[in-house]
This record gives sequence, C-alpha cells and structure tokens, in this order.
Amino acid sequence: MQNYLPILLIFALATTYGLWYQSSRGRIKEKKSARPALTAHDVGEEFGSRATFVQFSSAFCTPCRATRALLTDITADLSDVKYIDIDAEKNLELVRKLDIRSTPTTLILNGAGQEIGRAVGAPKRAEILATLGAIR
Amino acid sequence: MTITSVLTFSTDRSSVLIDARGPRFGAIITTVVLTAVLALQSLPLLIWQLGVFALGAFLSPQKTPYAFLYKKLVRPRLKGDVPTEDVRPPQFAQIVGFLFALGGTIALLLGNALVATIIIGFALAAAFLNAAFNFCLGCEMYLLIARFRGALKQRTNAEDSYNLPSL
Repeated sequence: MQNYLPILLIFALATTYGLWYQSSRGRIKEKKSARPALTAHDVGEEFGSRATFVQFSSAFCTPCRATRALLTDITADLSDVKYIDIDAEKNLELVRKLDIRSTPTTLILNGAGQEIGRAVGAPKRAEILATLGAIR
Repeated sequence: MTITSVLTFSTDRSSVLIDARGPRFGAIITTVVLTAVLALQSLPLLIWQLGVFALGAFLSPQKTPYAFLYKKLVRPRLKGDVPTEDVRPPQFAQIVGFLFALGGTIALLLGNALVATIIIGFALAAAFLNAAFNFCLGCEMYLLIARFRGALKQRTNAEDSYNLPSL
C-alpha cells in the first residue's frame, strides 16, 4: 500500500497542473496599460492603424507555426491590422522587458501601441476575431 | 540530431521534422513503465527505462524501442494528415528523462527509496503530462534557458569590459 500513495499523489498533482495548462494555453488575457508597450522602433516595423499582433516565436516550436498561419490568414485582408513575427532568441532584451516566458506569446496592440491583451500558446481564431472586433 | 546541438539549443533553421505522434505514444508507454517502477520498486525495470531514455537522448527519439513499436504497430493504423514537429523538443525531453532515471537508479542502488521515489516521480509527472495533455517540457523551458543564458552572457561581457586595461 505504501507504494501506491506516492503514485496517486503524483497523478493528482500532474492532472491538476495539466488541466490548468490546457485551459490557459491560447487564452487571450486582457491587459490594461496606459503606456505603449512597444514603439515601432522596438520591432523595426510600423504598426497597423487599428491593431497589431506581435508574435514571439522560437526556432523549433510547433505551436508557433500554427499561430503564424492563423494570424497571417486573419490579417491578410485587413489593411489596418498588422502582423509582426519576432524571433524571441534574437531579441532577448525585448523578451525580458515584456516578460515573455514561453513561445508562442502573442501581444495584441491597439493603434497607439498599447498592449490590450496577450495570449500564451496558440490562440483560437474566434477569440482573436472577438478581440479585434472590440478595438475601434 | 546530435545531443550537443540539442543541448546548446542551437537555433539552426534547418530543422528535422518527425511524426509528432511517435514521441507522444512513447510517453504513454513511459508513463506505464515508470508507474510500474514505483509500484514494484523495481530496479531492473528502471534500468530498462534508463536505457530507453539513453537511446532517445543520445541517438534520436525515433531510435527507441517504443518508437519502433509505434512505427510497426500504431502508425499503419492511423489515418489522416501526419502532424509534424521538430525533433529537438522531444529529444530534449529524453535527455531530461535520462538524467532523472539516472538519479533514481543511483538512489535505489544506494537503498534510498524515498529519494528514488521523488526523483522518479518528476520523470513520471513529465511523461504523464506529455501523454495526456501534450505538454512539451522542452518548449516551456527553451525561452527561460535562453533568457538565463543571455543574462549570464551579459554579465560576463560587463565584467570583461570592466577588466579592460585603461589606456
């Protein structure tokens, strides 16, 4: 019996963490900051007039590819929304400043460059569209 | 992929893509085997798993007996698109698994069952998270390690410039 107790404990803890991990991945967390999170100078590209998606990626991350495909697709027909993909490892200073901990992390900026939300993990299309729709 | 290029987190874009379902199938078997190791406190079974991790870490995650089982028995039965992933995250996971299994083996050999259970418990938790939730340890650790290494490099650079002889 004493051998089974640790096993039960391990599975209980891992399942709790796993459920949290699964439900939090890709969720857009709203953020309200008055200051611009980024300037066009930081990322070396002009922002979109309505919104900008800034994705932080790393070389061998699988969900980064899915995120890239999704955001490229969503922004393709929108002239006022821009999509910028940043290599996290080559921009560690920016990564530290914005406290990016894993890839992909996608920041959603409004026209003024203020961060209004961020998603860790591959975001869902419906949620991205809803957030975008709320930006005027 | 050589073990050094995995461990140095080389961001080589010429990536090797593998069938992503293979490592996940391996994680399921690993979960079962490590559970049995803990339940039976079995050293031979742990050494078996240590050997499997070694093959996955030093050769490739596609060179383990579990990958062989996947190729022979599971893949022929699967239909649809093949989801691919870079070989480095699963190989990194095998390296971490190898280190934990090694620690567990040493603890069991020294007769410290409590320490062995804790160490093997971490490996079991990671394998189970991978199998059940598609959790990828290498992906979660990658940027944190890169940030940490970047910070170290910056500090050494700062010290280097501090030590520059004044003109």
